[in-house]
Amino acid sequence: MRFARTYKALGVAAVLALSLSACGGGTDTGNGNGGGDTTKVITANSTEPGNGLLPANTNEVGGGRVMDLIFSGLVSYDAKGAIVNELAESIESTDSQNYTIKIKAGETFSDGSPITAKNFVDAWNFGAAAKNAQLNSYFFESIKGYDKVSAEGSTEDKMEGLKVVDDTTFTVALAQPESDFKLRLGYTAFYPLPESAYADPKAFGENPVGNGPYKLAADGWKHEVSITLVPNDKYKGPRAPKNGGVTFKIFSNFDAAYTDVKSDNLDILDQVPPSGLQNYKTDFEGRYVNQPYAGNATMTIPSYLPEFQGEAGLLRRQAISMAIDRQQIIDKIFYGNKKIAADFTSPVIDGYNANIPGAEVLKFDAAKAKETWAKAEAISPWPAGKVFTISSNIDGAGNKEYITAMANQISTNLGIKAELNPIPTFKEMRALVNSKKLTGASRAGWQADYPSLYNFLGPLYGTGAGSNDGDYSSAAFDAKLKEGLAATSVEDGNKIFNESQEILLKDLPVVPLWYQAVQGVWSNNVNTVPFGWNGVPLYNEVTAK
Amino acid sequence: MSENLTPENEPRKPGTATPRLGKSSTRVIEHFVAPLEETPLAAVDKVDESGAPLSLWAEAWRNLRKQPLFIISAVLIVLVVVVAAFPQWFASVDPTSCTLDNSAEGPRSGHPMGFTLQGCDVYARMIHGTRASLMVGIFTTLGVLIIGGTMGALAGYYGGWLDSILARLGDIFFALPLILGAIVMMQLPAFRDNRSVWTVVAVLVVFGWPQIARITRGAVIENRNSDYVTAAKALGLSRFSALVKHVLPNSLAPIIVVASISLGTFIVAEATLSFLGLGLPQSIMSWGNDIAAAQPQVRNNPAVLLWPAVALSITVLSFIMLGDALRDALDPKARKR
Amino acid sequence: MLMFTFRRILQLIPVFFGATLLVYFLVFVTPGDPIAALSGGKPMAPAVEAALRAQYNLDQPFWVQYGLYLKNLVTLNLGQTFSGQEVSAVIIRAFPVTARLAIMALIFEAFFGILFGVIAGLRKGKLFDSTVLVASLVVIAVPTFVLGFVLQLVIGVQLGWARPTVSGTAPWNELVLPALVLGLVSLAYVIRLTRASISENMNADYVRTATAKGLSRRRVVVVHILRNSLIPVITFLGADLGSLMGGAIVTEGIFNVPGIGNLVYQAVLKGESATVVAVVGLLVIVFVVANLAVDLLYAVLDPRIRYV
Repeated sequence: MRFARTYKALGVAAVLALSLSACGGGTDTGNGNGGGDTTKVITANSTEPGNGLLPANTNEVGGGRVMDLIFSGLVSYDAKGAIVNELAESIESTDSQNYTIKIKAGETFSDGSPITAKNFVDAWNFGAAAKNAQLNSYFFESIKGYDKVSAEGSTEDKMEGLKVVDDTTFTVALAQPESDFKLRLGYTAFYPLPESAYADPKAFGENPVGNGPYKLAADGWKHEVSITLVPNDKYKGPRAPKNGGVTFKIFSNFDAAYTDVKSDNLDILDQVPPSGLQNYKTDFEGRYVNQPYAGNATMTIPSYLPEFQGEAGLLRRQAISMAIDRQQIIDKIFYGNKKIAADFTSPVIDGYNANIPGAEVLKFDAAKAKETWAKAEAISPWPAGKVFTISSNIDGAGNKEYITAMANQISTNLGIKAELNPIPTFKEMRALVNSKKLTGASRAGWQADYPSLYNFLGPLYGTGAGSNDGDYSSAAFDAKLKEGLAATSVEDGNKIFNESQEILLKDLPVVPLWYQAVQGVWSNNVNTVPFGWNGVPLYNEVTAK
Repeated sequence: MSENLTPENEPRKPGTATPRLGKSSTRVIEHFVAPLEETPLAAVDKVDESGAPLSLWAEAWRNLRKQPLFIISAVLIVLVVVVAAFPQWFASVDPTSCTLDNSAEGPRSGHPMGFTLQGCDVYARMIHGTRASLMVGIFTTLGVLIIGGTMGALAGYYGGWLDSILARLGDIFFALPLILGAIVMMQLPAFRDNRSVWTVVAVLVVFGWPQIARITRGAVIENRNSDYVTAAKALGLSRFSALVKHVLPNSLAPIIVVASISLGTFIVAEATLSFLGLGLPQSIMSWGNDIAAAQPQVRNNPAVLLWPAVALSITVLSFIMLGDALRDALDPKARKR
Repeated sequence: MLMFTFRRILQLIPVFFGATLLVYFLVFVTPGDPIAALSGGKPMAPAVEAALRAQYNLDQPFWVQYGLYLKNLVTLNLGQTFSGQEVSAVIIRAFPVTARLAIMALIFEAFFGILFGVIAGLRKGKLFDSTVLVASLVVIAVPTFVLGFVLQLVIGVQLGWARPTVSGTAPWNELVLPALVLGLVSLAYVIRLTRASISENMNADYVRTATAKGLSRRRVVVVHILRNSLIPVITFLGADLGSLMGGAIVTEGIFNVPGIGNLVYQAVLKGESATVVAVVGLLVIVFVVANLAVDLLYAVLDPRIRYV
C-alpha cells in the first residue's frame, strides 16, 4: 500500500515538473526576461576542462558546465535542483533497488544517430570499466557487477546490473537499495554516448558529439582560450536555448574576468573574486545575483589526532566550534556573502532541515567554549606550547583570509595558539589528507554532484568512504545511512538522513562553518541571468539584449 | 682570447738627432739650463713616503663621508636598522592581537594608520615587519653579491672553459621557475620544520645569483682589457691580483646599481613566496606579506597596502642613495668635479 | 667569431640535458601526489588511480621515469599533460604569445630605460633625475600583482584606452598594456644602470677630447658616451629576456594572456613534469642564445673585446 502511494506521488511530481518546464522552455521569449535577441551569442567565463569531454571523465566545473550543455541525460535539474525528465519517459522502481527506465523514442544525437537504451548501457559500462580509467567510475559503484568490472586489471566491461530490454527500455539492478538513485541520473557521468565514441575515445573527447541543447562548433575548442557552442537543432528537451550560442572564455584569474564583465567584454561571470566581493553590488547595480548553492565549508578535525580522542577530544571539538564567530567572519571577510551553517548539508537541497536537534554546538558562544575547553583540560591537558594548526592549500584564492580570521578567533577565545598552516599545492594537501599525516585540522568543504542529502553525508562520513578525510567511523551513523538508502522514497530517505545528522552533530567529526553562495554578475548586453542549484548559470535561459 | 695591445710604433732610439733639411744655419744655439740644486723641485714633488699610503677604499671613504647624499642615506639606514632591532620602542600596540571587530577600520587615536582586514594594527605591523623584511633584503643581497659576484668575476676575467661552465650554470638556474625551486627547497628537512628568514634568504640566493653574476661578468669583460690592467700586469702584478685590485673596483658601478635595486625586489619577492605559502611562517611579520594580503582590498582600503609599501620605498631609496654615493666615491674621475 | 658562436651553440646540448635532468628531478621530489589531486578531493576508484599512475610512469623510480622521458624526447615526443593533451601542442600554442609579450616588454624597457637613463645621467640631481628616481621606487616597492591590477582598472576599465584583458589570439596591439606592466620593474633597473654608466663616462678623457674636437653635444652623447655606457645595460637586457618569458606568471594572470608563464606555474602546482621540463628546456635555450647575442654585442660596442 505504502509503495503504491509513493510511486504515484513520484509520478505526479515528474509529470508536473515536465509540464512546468515545457511552459518555460518551449517558447522562445516567454520567460519574463522581457524578450531579447535569440540569435546573439553570449559569452561566459570558464576554466580549461581538466580532461577530454567524456561524461565519465569530467569531474570538475570547467568541463562539467560544457558537458551539461552539449549532453542531455535521463533527467536534468531545474533551478531549484528538482529533477526534470530529459530523455527519460519514466524511471520506475518498487524497491529502490531494481529500476526500469524507459526513454523517449525518436531522439537523436547531434550527428543524427538515434539514441536508444543501448547508448546508455554502453556508456555506463564504459565509464565503470577499470580498463578505461575514467575519473567518475565510482559513480557506478552501486550498480550490480561494478566490483567485477572495476577491479584492478579487470578486462571485463559489462556490469551484470544493466540490461537492455528493447530500444527504449533498459533495467538497472543495484547491489543494494538506494532511494536517491534517481536523483543521481542527471549527473554528467550518466550521459549516453553515441556508438562513434568508442573507436577513439580520446579523439571523441576533443570533439564530442552529444545530444544536449548545444553542440560544439566546428573547431570550437581552442585550448586555454575558448570553447564555442552553437545550438543543437536536434534537441527537443526542456532546456531549449534562448540565445544563438554560448562562447566560454577561459580565464586563469577571476580578477581578469571581473574587469572584463565590467567593461562589457564578457557577458557572464559566475564567481566574483575576493577583490570584488565588497563592490560587486554597486559595480553591477541590478546585474548581479547572490544566492545559495549546494555547497558548504567545514573544518575537518581528523579522528587520528591524539589530542582529539575520546571524551576530551569531543569536548575540544565542541569548544572549537563554539569559539568561532561564523557570522562575524561572513560579515567582515566575505562581506555577508555566505550563510551561517546549521547542519552538514545545504539549504538548497530538497529535505533540508534548519532545526536539527543538537545544532546549538554550531552557535558562537565564547563563554561556553572556554568552559567546555576547561572541561577537556581537566580530563587530559592540551600539550604545552602546542599550536592548533588549520591546514589549507592556498593555491586557490580566498582560503587564507577566513582561516586566518578563524585561527585568530580560536586563539582569542580558547587561550591557545591557533594558526593557518599554508600548504603550497593542492596535490600536497591531498597527499597529506590521504596518507593521514595531518597534524591538525584542515579546511574542507563539499560541492554536491547531484542534489541529494545523501551526497553530503555518505561519501564524507560513512566508514571508509572515499572522501572521509578525517577517518570518522560510527556504527550508529552507518546504520542510519543504510536505513535511509533503503527507504522507498526520496522523502522518507531524507527524514532518516536528517536523523543521521543528529549523530554527526553529537560526534562533530567536522565543524560546519557556512553554506556557500554564488555571486554572479553579468554585462549590459544580456538580460537577467538565472543561476542553478549548483551555482552554475542556466546558460540556455540567458537572452541577449 | 688574445690581448690586442701590441704597440705598432717602434720606440725611438735615444740620442739620435733628426737631421734637418732645407736651409741650414751656421749660428750656434746656446742652451741655458738652470742647475738643479737651485730650485729643489724634486723635494717638492716627491711623494710623501712617510705617510701611510691611501688605498682605493680608504680614499673612497674619505670622500664618502663628506657627501650629503651619503649622510642622508646613512641616517635613514641607521633609523631603519634601529626600528628593526627594537620595534617595541616605536610601537606599543601588539601587532598579533587581531580581532575582526576592528576589521578594515580607519585610523583612530592610538592607531594612526587604521586596521587590516583581519583587524590588526597597520602601524604596529609595519614597525614589527621591518626586521624580517630588512633581513631578507640585506642578507639576500649580500648572498647574491658574494656568490654571483665571484662566479661572474671569475667567468668574465678568465674566460674560456671556466666562463662556459659558470655562465651555462647560470643559464640553467635562470631558467628554473622560482616557485618550483622554492617548493622543493622548502621541504628539505633542514627547512621544513624551522622556517625562518634564513630559509627565505637561502631560496632567494640560490635562484637570484645568476643576475648579479651576468652583470659582473659583463663589467669585468669590459674592463679586463683596459690599459691600466695591462699596466698593472706589466708592473708584475699577478693575474688574480689584477682582477681583485684593478678590474673589480672599476667594474663596481653596475654591480652596485643592480644590487641596490635588487634589495628592494628581494623584499617584494619574499611577499610572493609568502603569498604562495613558501615564505615566512604566519607568525613572522613582514612588509611583503602585508602588501600581498592587502591586495584584494586595494580598491576600498588602499591605506593598508600603502603604508608597508612606503616603508619599503624609503628603505630601498636609502640603499639606492647609498649606492650612488659609494659609486661616486669610488670613481676618481667623478671626484675631480 | 664564427668558431666562438659555433662552440657556444654546441654548449646547448649539455646545458639542455643538465637542465631537463635537474628540473625533472625537482618536480619528482616536490611533495604531494599529482594523481590524488586529479580527483579534486572526490573519491577515485583504486583501479583508475593505478591506471593513471602507470600512464604517466609515476609508478616508476626516478631514473626509469627520466629515461622514458628522454626516450620519447628523441622522437620529439614531449609527453602529455594530465588533461591528455600533447605537451608539444600546448607549447606551440603558448610560446609565441609569451615571446611576443616578452619582446614587447623588452623593447619598452630598452627604449624608455635608456632614454630616461641618459637624460637622468646627464642632469644628475636635477628635477627629472629625482622624478625618475621616485617613479622607480614606486615600481620597485609595489608588487606587480598590485600595480598590474590597478593599471588594468584605471587604463582598461575607467579610461577605456585598452582592452582590460587579452583576447584569444593575443595580437600585438592588445599586448601593449601587459607588456608595459611586465617591463616596469626591469625598466627601473635599465634606467638606473644607464644613468650610472652615463654619469661615469661623462668624465672620461675621450669625452673631453670629443668635446674639444668641437663635436656637437648630441654627437658626443649618442656616439661616444652612450656607446661606451651600454655594456652593463645590454648585459641586463640580455638576461632579462628569458626572465620576462618565464616570469610573466603574474602579468599573464592579470590580463588573461594564454602564455607559458601561467602554463608552467599551473604545471608546477600540479606536478606535471612533462610540461615543466619542456618549458624550462625551452627557456634555457632562450637564455643561452640571448647571452650569446649579448656577448657578440660586447665586441661590437667595445673593439677591445675579441672572441676567437
